[in-house]
Amino acid sequence: MAANKTPRTKMPEQDPLKRTSNFLEVALGYAVEDAKKEAIRCIDCKNPRCVQACPVSVKIPEFIKQIMNDDMDGAFDTIYEDNILPSICGRVCPQESQCEGACVLGIKGEPVSIGALERFVGDYGMEKNLADTSVDEEKPQKVAVVGSGPAGLANAASLRRRGYQVTVFEALHEYGGVLTYGIPEFRLPKEIVNKEIDNLKEMGVTFVKNAIIGKSITIEQLKEDGFEAIFVGSGAGLPSSLGIPGENYNGVYFANEFLTRVNLMRSNTFPSHATPIKVGGTVAVVGGGNVAMDAARTAKRIGAKDVMIIYRRDKDSLPARLEEIHHAEEEGIEMNLLYNPVEIYGADYEVKAVRCERMKLGEKDASGRRRPLPTGEYKTFDIDSIIIAIGQKPNPIIKQNTMGLDTHEWGGIITDEKHMTSLDGVFAGGDAVTGAATVILAMGTGKDAAGSMDEYLRNKA
Amino acid sequence: MYKIVDKKVLNDDIDFMRIEAPLVARNAKPGHFIILRVDDEGERIPLTIADNDEKHVDIIYQKMGYSTKMLGEKQIGDHVADFVGPLGKAAHIRDKQHVVGVAGGVGAAPLLPQLKAYKKAGSKVTLILGARNKDFLILRDEYEQFVDEVIYTTDDGSFGEKGLVTDPLERKLKDDETIDHVIAIGPVIMMKFCTQTAVKHGRSIDVSLNPIMIDGTGMCGNCRVNIAGKTFFACIDGPDFEGHEVDFDGLMKRQSYYKDEEHQCYIRLKDGR
Repeated sequence: MAANKTPRTKMPEQDPLKRTSNFLEVALGYAVEDAKKEAIRCIDCKNPRCVQACPVSVKIPEFIKQIMNDDMDGAFDTIYEDNILPSICGRVCPQESQCEGACVLGIKGEPVSIGALERFVGDYGMEKNLADTSVDEEKPQKVAVVGSGPAGLANAASLRRRGYQVTVFEALHEYGGVLTYGIPEFRLPKEIVNKEIDNLKEMGVTFVKNAIIGKSITIEQLKEDGFEAIFVGSGAGLPSSLGIPGENYNGVYFANEFLTRVNLMRSNTFPSHATPIKVGGTVAVVGGGNVAMDAARTAKRIGAKDVMIIYRRDKDSLPARLEEIHHAEEEGIEMNLLYNPVEIYGADYEVKAVRCERMKLGEKDASGRRRPLPTGEYKTFDIDSIIIAIGQKPNPIIKQNTMGLDTHEWGGIITDEKHMTSLDGVFAGGDAVTGAATVILAMGTGKDAAGSMDEYLRNKA
Repeated sequence: MYKIVDKKVLNDDIDFMRIEAPLVARNAKPGHFIILRVDDEGERIPLTIADNDEKHVDIIYQKMGYSTKMLGEKQIGDHVADFVGPLGKAAHIRDKQHVVGVAGGVGAAPLLPQLKAYKKAGSKVTLILGARNKDFLILRDEYEQFVDEVIYTTDDGSFGEKGLVTDPLERKLKDDETIDHVIAIGPVIMMKFCTQTAVKHGRSIDVSLNPIMIDGTGMCGNCRVNIAGKTFFACIDGPDFEGHEVDFDGLMKRQSYYKDEEHQCYIRLKDGR
């Protein structure tokens, strides 16, 4: 088992000092040699735990073996069968808690860099235009997909492959949902998102932008328009607030607003793009997830001198991907751990400081993490702006405008084991159902729901 | 792309446009708004729907900033890049005997469909319309077709009463006990003082808020407003709120956060991009 002792093949990265002044991608990807070198580390388990840990069950050992055998085209086909967004997932999946977390090599050493390999194969296939956009026998039934984020895209691709006439409706002026408005360019270039979406267009999926289902067209009207099944993947577009005094001051951003201004509206290029943004010299970001890391690193790139993360638990509890935490630290983001904001101070309605209570960790709570407890000690940080990144809830528009659609009190759409909602023929998946989760989990439910929708439509026909 | 099928210059500051946008028109109601982008580099600008038929949506906008000035350069037959809606909650047309609608400047546009809806519902309607001078009093013909009474005010006295809209509002509320509701749409400062006047005379008042917005679907939270001490999103909870609950001062501060940047854009416009 010599492979065990070989260290992981590192992916080249942009220098931290340089990259904080640009929006180019940080991780640069494997060269062919790197990929082959890393592929050899896989021991091709008989019962691959990595596949079980993947929400869309990519046949990981199979595609890795194909890399090893220099069959890159084959490797791409293998992945694309199960995952229509390999270049995206290779970049943004939390591999350490999924495939790589389950890798046997990780028990004694370092797991295979499955994410890096997936990215390599995805980019290779994109470059060579290898995506299989063929479609089974055409079926006449029309299907509507609400939202062009990961859940919607996976659902649309899966149904289109089965031959259905699929239309994706997007509320914003660009496609991709959170991939476009949420995840920054330096982590996921928009060119890649657009190319993956182009494959679906080539497959024959129709895309309609500037269409807000629930407002422009109601779910009821979609049915009247002849859509026989509907998938709602409207995402977690509703920011959670801290609920502390001062939250409406100028200079207080929800991460969604902050990231949307930069990612969707390109305010980092203001004034050539007309949407402005400003953060000042010192920025605090509240939260410890990927969105918080994205916001902190974006703030640095648009000119903030000092950027700090404020998080109420300890470092081990940070929910962000390890790579993002590592990159944030490399870029000089300060980690103020075990602090909980209690009040935002302002002058003339602009942010000046944030007062935080020092926390300590107590017993484990329902989430399995140790609960942060107040200590009665406080510290005030002087800041020019503050970005709140403590989570998102499902967007309420569809719920508010659809009679008979059952939701949880916190806003999540209720679905059965077949992903069907309380309305016949209306299915849902992704963050709209689970609350903010990951790209790949959303894709997983989108893909699964497509199977149920196929069954539903066959029974109906 | 969304085609501009009609355009009229109402005065130096204000244009009317009719846009072909069937997806917005399908469910549009009084009080709803749209968001448009002039071109691919543009901001998302929220504008209230002035009127619509099955295929088209009318907007009336003031060329006060960079993006609305860019919009003003578009002509009939041109296109805007994006046009989405209808957004917000439709206006709540209450069961009222006599409603006074107060509008300042371009606020006349969003007030029109609401006041029409009240008239249609059987309320008596009085209009108080104010502007800088005679040229800036818009939609007079449209209003005069259906309102029961109209009072105009201008800052310079070039038409109607000289002074602010709050003067005739104060007088009407004092003199006419049949008035049981006020709607005010215009600059925040005007809505603030109309609210004070209405509250002083014990009348209910609805106002229409226009904070800075981006997506308009509740996603970003930029448009949050303080209503009776609680935070609401104007895009999905509004844009109409009961005036006496609104924190107007906070709204004015939030509206002005990017005024330096707006100035930068404006200079660029004057220099010819």
